[in-house]
Order: sequence, then structure tokens, then C-alpha cells
Amino acid sequence: MKMRLATWAAAALMAASPVMADLVFPSLDYRTGPYAANGIPLADGYQDYFNMLNERDGGIGGVMTRVLSCETGYNTEKGVECYESTKGEGSLVYQPYSTGITYQLIPKATADDIPIHSMGYGRTSAKNGKVFSHVFNYPGSYWDAASIAVKHIIDVSGGDVSDKKIALVYHNSAYGKEPIRTLEELSKKHGFELTLLAVDHPGQEQKSQWLQIRRERPDFVLMWGWGVMNQVAIQEAANIRFPMENFIGVWWSGSENDVLPVGEAANGYKALALSSPGMDYGVYDDLKTYIYDKGLAAGNGDQMGTVLYNRALYAAMLAAEAAKIAQEIHGVADITPGMMRDGMEALDMSDARMEELGFAGFAPAFKVSCENHGGSGKGAVQQWDASAKTWTLITDFIESDKSIIDPLIAEDSAAFAAENNIEERCN
Amino acid sequence: MLYREAGDFSTTYPQDSQTFPIRFDRYRYYAVLFIAICVIPFVINDYWVNSIFMPFLIYSIAAIGLNILVGYCGQVSLGTGGFMAVGAYACYKLMTSFPEVSMFIHVILAGGITAAVGVLFGLPSLRIKGFYLAVATLAAQFFLVWMFNKVSWFYNYSASGQINAPERDTFGILITGPNTEAWATYLFCLIFTIASAVIARNLTRGAMGRQWMAIRDMDIAAEIIGVNPLKAKLTAFAVSSFFVGVSGALFFAVYLGAVEVGEVFGITKSFLVLFMIIIGGLGSIFGCFAGAAFLVLLPVALKVVGADMLGWPTDIVAHLNLVIVGGLIVIFLIAEPHGLAQLWRVTKEKLRLWPFPH
Repeated sequence: MKMRLATWAAAALMAASPVMADLVFPSLDYRTGPYAANGIPLADGYQDYFNMLNERDGGIGGVMTRVLSCETGYNTEKGVECYESTKGEGSLVYQPYSTGITYQLIPKATADDIPIHSMGYGRTSAKNGKVFSHVFNYPGSYWDAASIAVKHIIDVSGGDVSDKKIALVYHNSAYGKEPIRTLEELSKKHGFELTLLAVDHPGQEQKSQWLQIRRERPDFVLMWGWGVMNQVAIQEAANIRFPMENFIGVWWSGSENDVLPVGEAANGYKALALSSPGMDYGVYDDLKTYIYDKGLAAGNGDQMGTVLYNRALYAAMLAAEAAKIAQEIHGVADITPGMMRDGMEALDMSDARMEELGFAGFAPAFKVSCENHGGSGKGAVQQWDASAKTWTLITDFIESDKSIIDPLIAEDSAAFAAENNIEERCN
Repeated sequence: MLYREAGDFSTTYPQDSQTFPIRFDRYRYYAVLFIAICVIPFVINDYWVNSIFMPFLIYSIAAIGLNILVGYCGQVSLGTGGFMAVGAYACYKLMTSFPEVSMFIHVILAGGITAAVGVLFGLPSLRIKGFYLAVATLAAQFFLVWMFNKVSWFYNYSASGQINAPERDTFGILITGPNTEAWATYLFCLIFTIASAVIARNLTRGAMGRQWMAIRDMDIAAEIIGVNPLKAKLTAFAVSSFFVGVSGALFFAVYLGAVEVGEVFGITKSFLVLFMIIIGGLGSIFGCFAGAAFLVLLPVALKVVGADMLGWPTDIVAHLNLVIVGGLIVIFLIAEPHGLAQLWRVTKEKLRLWPFPH
């Protein structure tokens, strides 16, 4: 009898422990709701890249990858449900593409020893790896973006902005409020006047904000928008004949879906970019051979080459690379989320490595370290050509103003550390 | 056969007026309580508590609160989301100002603050009725959300405007923050849910509840027979807002942990809770639970069946979810306008006669 009980216990234990047969990359995506236009290319790109790795290389380090989709609709409650339902499957890294969900997951995932990669969004002070052990926001953050946009404005105004007025049109949420503090500091430093205009979720109603812009005539308008808000803002800007070359969106407000509905009037609209646009990269040859031609493309298969699809490929590539480094560090193929975190912290994206992976000239090189989870913080400015329907980079990758950003990051992360009794790491 | 009064004699008045006069019903109620308190905490895990039980329990409290106002007192309110936000932000300010105080006290105080705010916004109900009152409470909804977004004192001047629940405990057991145990948060919410239901049930069948119902059924007649409309309406607003505030505090502190007011406590939340009590049944405590269960569990169930078991694309499942939930709401309202509670009542009547219906 005792014998049989032990056998049962062993069998139960084996059944209970998950079979680690694949590397799970959860994708908390949103193909529905007011943010779907931006969520679909992100979800497609992420899935296609991992499927391509499976088809071409048989996964990462010999272990197949699996993308686990969960629809959040950009809603934080559903985000929590998705996190809880996917974390048990050995999920390696979460990329929620929502600042609200990221904020929610930062403490939870840290407690569960699962890393988060909020690529160019989320909590900016997560760049400080001393406080945020499990959160990464390489290659750039909102505060970098604000600084890069202002640098570009200074550049096109001939070096002096002390008599200029800059308005910020932002999504009235954690996401949109993030850059305000940096912009206020920058306005003190450079002497420009800053106007803040909040747009409430989901952002279909912006008449009053643009009326105010029309009345106050700012020289430049910056935008922190997402989803349907972007299209509406660009349309409203066109309606009041605001000069498009003086209208600059963050890298989340600069995709094809945002400008195409506005047509010709969107010509000249500028946005920041984390990477180069277009399809002239080696990785697209592999995607074509292994995915598109075989009919394996995710979704409708019509998003390739768009800004956000490229960004998702970039995100997937960085995740796959971190997984590979984690396998090398720990010498096992079946890595755990904790090992994945170590891999992300040791990530080194050199130009040579990018070229090997088929991303030559796609984005600037950067390195992640224990202290710096934010990468290089570089971004470029791209401009929309409405007749050719293409984005073109009009600047090099610009370095952000670290003298403004670093003290802010130190301050904000110290506040978080004090609130949550976190001891600094990396000493 | 099982469900009947025969042989069940009441010899005292309290026995006669108890909530569950039928023995079978009473034992079923004890069994549910026993399972909820003594069995579920031992088997529950993070997924079940965060995806199913916690939203169900917290929405039940909100539905009880709104049902007192709409179902029992007849004052239509669209401000539930705003009042939940008051509870959440009150709880946040209390948690950060008095970290050493037990979470129980914070949540109850948050309810009390919401009650005060509710009374304030209930004042117009003395002059306006029906749709006009709905519009006035709608104003409360938008004003409160705007205020929590605008005034940075409420979110302790954080850069993002979000509020994050720090780690707090009660009797040394962590209740908020990321390192909580599933059973602890579950039991914490369960205690509040059971207490809310018991208090609401007893309030509604006492003198106060009868006054509310008199006002609901015909306010002029109620006034003539001696019901003070000022007192009745304002107490309804206060009690209702108290429960809604408690649910908002739990929603933020225990369930989500981080909240952005515009998204979490927007107008959609007000409608969601209103749908819960309409589907569940106006003027019924059981209806609150049934409605909350219906609107919390159905989407999760559809997702599990569609996306996880059948492997359909997640966007199709999400769209189907909207279609099915919406369709069911319409069907319910046509087939059973008094909600799930009425279905339950009819079932009980049938059970009483079964197996020999006349």
C-alpha cells in the first residue's frame, strides 16, 4: 500500500511539473478595440519572427519557440488576466505594449522572477537596473524621446528656441504624462514655452485641443498618442492647416496606420523612430522564404515592412538574442524566466551581430548592463511622404540629453525604491 | 421533494423571519459558506484568484452597493465608476499616509469617505428624478475622474499620474503588493463580500429598506405615510456609496495593484456594474452575485473555450465575446426582464411543488 502511494505521488509530481519542451514567448497583444490599428502589426511581427526562427533554425539553440497570444484589448484588467493565465506556462519575457499594463506587471513580474521588456515605453526610470531588477526598456525611453524631439526642434530652428512655443498633445494616461517632467526641465534649460494639452482615452474627440492650438499658435506641436488618437490628431492638424513639418510625434505616433487615413494632407508629418523603416534587410529574405511563401504569416499577412511590424521584429530579435545569450551563460537550452533575465542583462547588440542576424543598419548598436537597462537612448526623426507612401529618416540617430534625463531617472527610481523598500543592486 | 416547507415549523418570530426559512435552503447556504471559507482557500492558486474569484467578489460588492440605490431606492445612478475611484484614491491616500494601520481599517475608512462624497452628489436627488438624476450622477462620474487626473495631490505627485499599491498587511499577513498569497487576498475580499451581503440584506428588510422601497414605488405616497424623503434618499446614497467605495478600494489595492483612473474607473465601469444589477435582478441581493458572476465569468469562460481549447485566433474570440455577451443581455432582458434573480425565484417555486405540480 505504501509503495503504491509513493508511486502515485511520483506520478502526480511528474504530471504537475510542466514539460519544458519549448521556449514560450507570451504576446499580450491587442487586435481589437480602439488601439487595434497599432496592435495588429506589432502582434504579427512578433509572431512571424519566432515562427521564422522555428522554420529556419529549429528554434533557439535547438529548442523550438512558441508564441502564446493573449488578447488584452489594451485593457489593464484583461492584461492581468492574461499575465496570470500565461505565466504558468514558463513564459520567458513579457512585452505588453501598454504602459498601463507594464506599470501593473512591474511589481508582479519582479516577485515572480519573470523579466519585462517594455521597448521604448513603460516606466522610464526602469532604465535604472539598480532598482528595477526585472524591467528593461532598451533601446530608448520616453524621456529620451522628449529630449530627441526637442534637440531636433533646436536643430531646425537654427540653434535657439528661447522665443518658441511648443505644445504637447498627449494621451491622458500614464503613457502620455511620462514625458511632461522632462519637457518641463528642457523648457527651463532652453527657454521655450511649453503648453500641455491632454486628450482623454480613446482620443476620438480632440476638437477643443486643436482649437486651442489654433488660437495660441505654437511653433511646434509634439504628440504622445496611440491608437485612434494619432489619426484623429493628424487629421485635426491638417484641418487647421498646421504646418506638418512642425508636428512631431513620438515613436508610437509614427506608423503608416496613423498617416494613411489623412491622405495627402499628412505629407511632411514627422515622427521619432527607434529603427530604420522599409524592407531592405536580410531578415526579410528569410521571412519571405520561410514564412510568407509558405503561407505561414500571422494575421492577414499584410503588415510587413510597416514601422510597427519592423519594431515588433526588432523586439522579437532582441528577445531571441537575449534567450540565446541566456542559454550560453547558463549552459542549458531550456532556460527559465530567471535565466532569461540574466541574458537580457548581458545583451550586447553590436553592429556586427546585427548584420549577422540580418538587421544591418537597422538600428544603432547598444549594450545592456546591470546598471543600465535602457540601452543607448538613441532615436532618429522620420518624415512621411504622402505621395510615395513611405517614411524616410531625415536625421542620424540622435543621442538624448543625458544631463537632464539621468538626474530625473535617479530621482524617480529612488522614490520607487523607497516606496517598496528595494535595496540597490549591482554594487 | 427536497425543497419544501413541510415539517419545518417556526416556533419563534426570529425563526419565522429569517433569510432562509426553508431548511434545505438554509443548509445550502451554510454549505456555500463552508466551501467558500474552508475549502477554496486551500486549493486556490494565483490564476483562479486573480482572474475569477477576486473580480467576482469585488464586483459583487459594487453591485450590492448600486442595487441598494437603483434597485431598492429607485434612484438611477451612472456614477458608480467615479465612486469606486473615490474609494480607490481614498484607500491609496490612507495607505501611504498611515502605513502601519491595518488594511481592514483603510478599506472601511475608504468606504466611509466615499459615503460622504456620495451624499454630496445625492443632494440633487431631492429635486430631480429619473433620467435627470441619471444625468446628474453622470456629471459626478466625469467630474471625479477629471479631478483624480488633474489634482496631483491625489496621486502623491507621481510623474505618471498612476497610483500603485504599496505592500500593506493586516495581522501580519500581506494583503496588497506583489508578494501576497492567493488565499490571503481571496479571504480578505471574501470577508468584505459576505459582510456586505449580510449587512445589505438586513438593511433592506428593516425599517430603512422599507422606506427606500416606499420611495422607489411612489415617492409622494411615501411622503404622505410619513417617510422622510430627505433621510431616505440620502441614506440610500450613503449606504450605496459606502459599498461601492469599499469595492473600489479592494479593486485598486488588492486586485489590480496599480490604477489609472481614466481607464479603470471610466464610464464603462459604471455601465458594467449597472448591467450586472439589471441582468442579475433589481432589488435582489442574490441578483447582485448572479449578475457579477455572469459578466465576470462569461468572458473568461468564452476565452478559455475559444482561444485555449479550440485554438481560434484571439481577435475572433474577443469579437465573438462581445457578440455573445451582448446577445445574451438582449435575450435575457426580453425573456426575463426581472433578471437572473427572478429565474431563481421561479425555479424555487417550481421546486417547492415538484414532483407533484398542480
